Amino acid sequence: MTRLPAQLIIGACLSTVFLGAALLSFLWTPYDVTNLDIAAKLRPPSTTHLLGTDHFGRDLVSMLMEGGRISIAVAVLAVGIGMGLGVPLGLTAAAHRGGLLDEVIMRGNDLVFAFPSLVIAILITATFGPSATNAIIAIGIFNIPVFARVARGGALTIWTQDFIMAARVAGKSRARISLEHVLPNIANLLIVQGTIQFSLGILAEAGLSYVGLGAQPPTPSWGRMLADAQTMIYATPRLALAPGLAIVAMVLGLNLMGDGLRDLLDPRIRRARA
Amino acid sequence: MLRYVLTRALSLGLSLVVASLVIFAMIEVIPGDPASFMLGLNAQPETVAALREDLGLNGSLPVRYLGWVGGMVTGDFGTSYTYRVPVTDLVLERLQVSLPLALYALILSTVIAIPVGMIAAARRGRPSDFAIMGVTQLGIAIPNFWFAMLLVVVFAIQLRWFSAGGFVGWDDGVAPGLKALTLPAIALALPQASILARVMRSSLLDVLHQDYIRTARAKGLSVAQATRRHALRNALIPVLTIIGLQFSFLLAGAIIIENVFFLPGLGRLIFQAITQRDLVVVESVVMLLVFAVILVTFLVDVTYALVDPRLRRRP
Repeated sequence: MTRLPAQLIIGACLSTVFLGAALLSFLWTPYDVTNLDIAAKLRPPSTTHLLGTDHFGRDLVSMLMEGGRISIAVAVLAVGIGMGLGVPLGLTAAAHRGGLLDEVIMRGNDLVFAFPSLVIAILITATFGPSATNAIIAIGIFNIPVFARVARGGALTIWTQDFIMAARVAGKSRARISLEHVLPNIANLLIVQGTIQFSLGILAEAGLSYVGLGAQPPTPSWGRMLADAQTMIYATPRLALAPGLAIVAMVLGLNLMGDGLRDLLDPRIRRARA
Repeated sequence: MLRYVLTRALSLGLSLVVASLVIFAMIEVIPGDPASFMLGLNAQPETVAALREDLGLNGSLPVRYLGWVGGMVTGDFGTSYTYRVPVTDLVLERLQVSLPLALYALILSTVIAIPVGMIAAARRGRPSDFAIMGVTQLGIAIPNFWFAMLLVVVFAIQLRWFSAGGFVGWDDGVAPGLKALTLPAIALALPQASILARVMRSSLLDVLHQDYIRTARAKGLSVAQATRRHALRNALIPVLTIIGLQFSFLLAGAIIIENVFFLPGLGRLIFQAITQRDLVVVESVVMLLVFAVILVTFLVDVTYALVDPRLRRRP
């Protein structure tokens, strides 16, 4: 049995804690976050409110749990868009290597890469109105070329293998070979990239929500909590700590997990370790 | 080589055309009529119609597109609805904040990252390498605007070394201006430096395993000498790519940081223009940023092809 890389274990634990807390918030949170309790506003951490309360008297632990829901959902769905559209594009480009289709797809990719993503995300959310859905689309669009490039790169090396030749001799179409033989062999790469884009998505969502272009009130999200905290930064800088740390821990966890998975799944590195 | 530059230039031009079409189309989709927005709710329909005419909003789509692109090529970016001044003037004014900020952050990031990456590579597997890699992992995970808030709390509110925001301009000399940009530049530089240090480390490690380094060592050079004379130059190739990409990111990506510190830069200009429906400003500034990004990428590519003939063949 191969030993699991330490960073994979640490990363998985970190991100599972936040993922679990966000999922748990569907069933239970210590307090109701839509319930404003002005009398209990700006309480410091205590046994009744583990992280204290904000300026509306909302419990910070409950806010973090529910806020994680939006942040994680936006990032996951954006990865879904990127994979769902990018991987087929990358596989098609690789299957027609050097052809017109390959050229068109890769030039299109370069073009999207060239756009300053944050500016365009802001433009998209400003055009179609700020909402979590538009944040997902804005972040998702910039995931497409990333997955297309990774899929194409991985697929090109698979296409040179003998078993692909055998499949072609057997009369399988390029599309079928891509789906049945190439895709399973590049799944590792895609999972690792997916983890990285997931963490970038959390950061992007936080940024968009922070400037008011992500989830809208009263839905809490980590970025929005930071925006609220900014208005109170002179009086109660403590409010900015918890959501920021949540973002850092989640992103760090995902990045460590991505690195660990790459070490585990990349046969070259595995051999070097042995 | 000429052929390579020409094909790259062709694709640069094509990218710009497509980009301008996309931006123009998106702006057309933005709801709200700029003319009625500018004049407010009580405006007479005739006044709105006159202003629409004045702003050239009545022309057909292709005519308006060509007018916009034609203007930009000749340096005329149109007139801002809200500021009533040429967009060119607005952009030039805002660039006095954004450009120094981007350069400041880039210099900070490079000056920190390259030696740190070299140290980590030289001490690979030792505690200092682990510590550096740990810190850079953290640096990548920290949202820069949150880091900016922490900097404000510590250095502006608690220690009072810097002001919490705003920009004094360059009229009183370079020092006050630079001081106002220091915290924002640090906030912007942190994630960039973390990425750059990691790239520097892995790139140097790759190069140090090459045969020519072994040869250099066999000739009697110490590790430090071999690194300085042979490895460093080769290891810097991927690092320079990242620096090139980072510059355009810093120029375009400072929007949020400019908001944290209330800096009157390009990012804040776009942001305000979007909320005020000042579409002429939005489309021109976004197009300028895209142009800057595409141009920097082109220059980086061509520079490499000059330095490294292997890159002239397309992969």
